[in-house]
Amino acid sequence: MDEALSAEAAMVEERPGRLREFWFYFRENRGAVIGLSIFAVFAFLALFGPWIAPHDPTAQFRSATLQPPVWQAGGEWRFFLGTDPLGRDLLSRLIVGARFSFFVGVVVVAIAATGGILMGLVAGFAPRWLDAIIMRIMDIILAFPSLLLALVLVAVLGPSLLNAMIAIAIVLQPHYVRLTRASVMSERQKDYVTSARVVGAGYFRLMFVTVLPNCLAPIIVQAALSFSTAILDAAALGFLGMGAQPPTPEWGTMLAEAREFILRAWWVVTFPGLAILVTVLAINLMGDGLRDALDPKLKRS
Amino acid sequence: MLNYILARILTFVPTFIGVTLISFGFIRALPGDPIVVMAGERGLTEERYAELSAQYGFDQPIWIQFWDYLTGVLRGDLGQSFVTKRPVWDEFFALFPATLELSICAMIFAVVLGLPAGVIAAVNRGKFFDRALMSTALVGYSMPIFWWALLLIIVFSGILQWTPVSGRIDLLYFFPDPTGFMLIDSLASGQSGAFLSAVRHLLLPTIVLGTIPLAVIARQTRSAMLEVLGEDYIRTARAKGLAPGRINGIHALRNALIPVITVIGLSVGTLLAGAILTETIFSWPGIGKWMVDSIFRRDYPVVQGGLLLIAVMVMLVNLTVDMLYGVINPKIRKR
Repeated sequence: MDEALSAEAAMVEERPGRLREFWFYFRENRGAVIGLSIFAVFAFLALFGPWIAPHDPTAQFRSATLQPPVWQAGGEWRFFLGTDPLGRDLLSRLIVGARFSFFVGVVVVAIAATGGILMGLVAGFAPRWLDAIIMRIMDIILAFPSLLLALVLVAVLGPSLLNAMIAIAIVLQPHYVRLTRASVMSERQKDYVTSARVVGAGYFRLMFVTVLPNCLAPIIVQAALSFSTAILDAAALGFLGMGAQPPTPEWGTMLAEAREFILRAWWVVTFPGLAILVTVLAINLMGDGLRDALDPKLKRS
Repeated sequence: MLNYILARILTFVPTFIGVTLISFGFIRALPGDPIVVMAGERGLTEERYAELSAQYGFDQPIWIQFWDYLTGVLRGDLGQSFVTKRPVWDEFFALFPATLELSICAMIFAVVLGLPAGVIAAVNRGKFFDRALMSTALVGYSMPIFWWALLLIIVFSGILQWTPVSGRIDLLYFFPDPTGFMLIDSLASGQSGAFLSAVRHLLLPTIVLGTIPLAVIARQTRSAMLEVLGEDYIRTARAKGLAPGRINGIHALRNALIPVITVIGLSVGTLLAGAILTETIFSWPGIGKWMVDSIFRRDYPVVQGGLLLIAVMVMLVNLTVDMLYGVINPKIRKR
C-alpha cells in the first residue's frame, strides 16, 4: 500500500510541470536567458533606482556642467558617466529613468492586454454582426501609423507621460484583439469546448475558464513584444516633446534635451539611447525565447 | 476571385467611413470650443462667433456636419491651413514626393541588404554567419531610430564631415522640380554637383528610416527560406544534382519571397511612423515633419486632413497587398 503510494508520488514527480517544461525550453535559448538577466537588472533598477543612484537625478551641480565621463580627460569619479548641460549626473538620471520606462511597459501592456483580450473573447463568441463591428473598429485603429495616432491622441489629451501611455495602449490594443479572436475561433470548434457546453457551461465560463487558458501562449509572446514597443514609442513621444516633460529623467526626454549638444558632448546623447536600446533588445530576446518555449509548433524535438 | 476582390473592397468602405469619423471627431475632441480653435482668432465677438459657426456648419445637427465633411473629403476638400491659408490637400501633395522619395530609397536599402542577409543566414543555419546576422538584425529591430539618427550625425556629420545634417539639397542649387523627386530633378537640371549634393543629403535619412524594415525583412526572409528549404521539391532538386547556388537562389528564394513581399507591403505604416521621427531630425520637408510641425503649431485643419490622408493611403496599400496576395495564393481567397 505504502509502496504503491510512493510509486505514484514518484510518477507525479517525474512528469514535469508546465512551468518546469517551459523553463526547460526557455533555458535552451541562450539569448533569451541573457535577455532575462538584463531585464531582471532593469526591473531591479526600476524598483530601487532612487536608493542606488549616487546623486539626486534633478540636482544641478552648476560647477560641473557638461563634464565628460570618468575615462575621458576632464572626467572625475564623482560623475561616472559625466553630467548634462545643467550639471545633473547622467548615471543617476539613467538609473532613476529606468522606472519610467518600466512603468510605461507595465501599464501599457496591462491596459492593452486586458482590453484586447476581453474584446477578442467577445468578438470570438459574439454573433457575426457584433464580431464584424469590433473587428472593423480595430481595422480603423490599425489604419493609422501607430506613432502618428499616438501623437495626435496626445495632442488632444495634452502632453504628459500618463497620456502618452494611454495613447500607446489604445494603439497597441488591436493586436491583442486580433490575436485573441483568432485563437478563440480555432479553439471553440474543438471537442472539449463542445463537451463543456453540453454539460451546461454558460458563456462566461466557456470564455474565461474553458477557452481563455488555451489561448494564452501567443498572447504572452505578444505581451513581451508590446512591452518593448511601448518603451520605444514612449521614448519617441518623449523625444518629440509629447511624452514625459522635463525635468523628468525619462530616457527619450533626456535625448530631446541633449539634442543641441550632440556635436559638443557625445555622452549626453549616447548613454540614454544606449539604455533604451539595451532594454528593448533584452525584452525582444526574451520574447523570442518565450515564443520558442510556448509555441509547440516551433519546438525542436 | 471576383467575389474575393469585391468582399475585400466592401470591408474597405466601413473602415474608410470610420477613419473619416475619427478625423472628423478630432477637432471636436480637442479641449476648448471647436469654433474658437478653428477660427484661430482671439477675442471673438458674439456676431463673429455666430458667423463662423454658420460658416463651418456648426449650427447644423451633428450628422449633417459629418455628411458635409464626408462629401467634402470625397471631393478633395479638406479645409485650409491656419498658418499658410493654403488648402490642406495641396500642401499634402506638394510635400508628399519628398516623403515618397525617402521611403522608396529606404525600402530599396532594406531589401537590397535584407534579402541576401536572410538567405545567407538560412543557408548557414546555426553557424557563425547565421548567429552574427540574426543578432545584428535583432539589434536593428530594437533600435530607437531617433537615437540611431543622432549617432550617425555625430559620426558622419560631426567627426567625418561627410554628410550634411539637414534638408534635401544645398541651398546653392536652385532648379525647377517637375517630379518632386530631388534625385531626378537634380539630374535633369544638369547643374554640376547638384545630384551629388542630393545624394549626400539623402544618405543618412535613408539608413535611419531603412534600419527597422531591413531587420524585419532579414528575419522574415530567413524564416521563410528555412520553411521552404525543408520542402520535398528542394530535396528533389538536390538529388538531381543542381548546384547549391541555383537551388537556394532560384528554387527556394522564389517561393520564400511571397511572405516577404507581404511584409514589405504591410510595412508602409511602419515607414510612415518612422518618417515622422526621421524627417523631424533631419529637417526633411516631407509629410512626417509637416504633421509634427502642425501639431506643435496647433494647425488643426492640417493635422485633421493629414491624419485622414495618411490613414487612407495606408489602407489603400494594405488593400492592394491583400488582393495581390489573394491572386498569388489561392488558399487565402477561400476564407
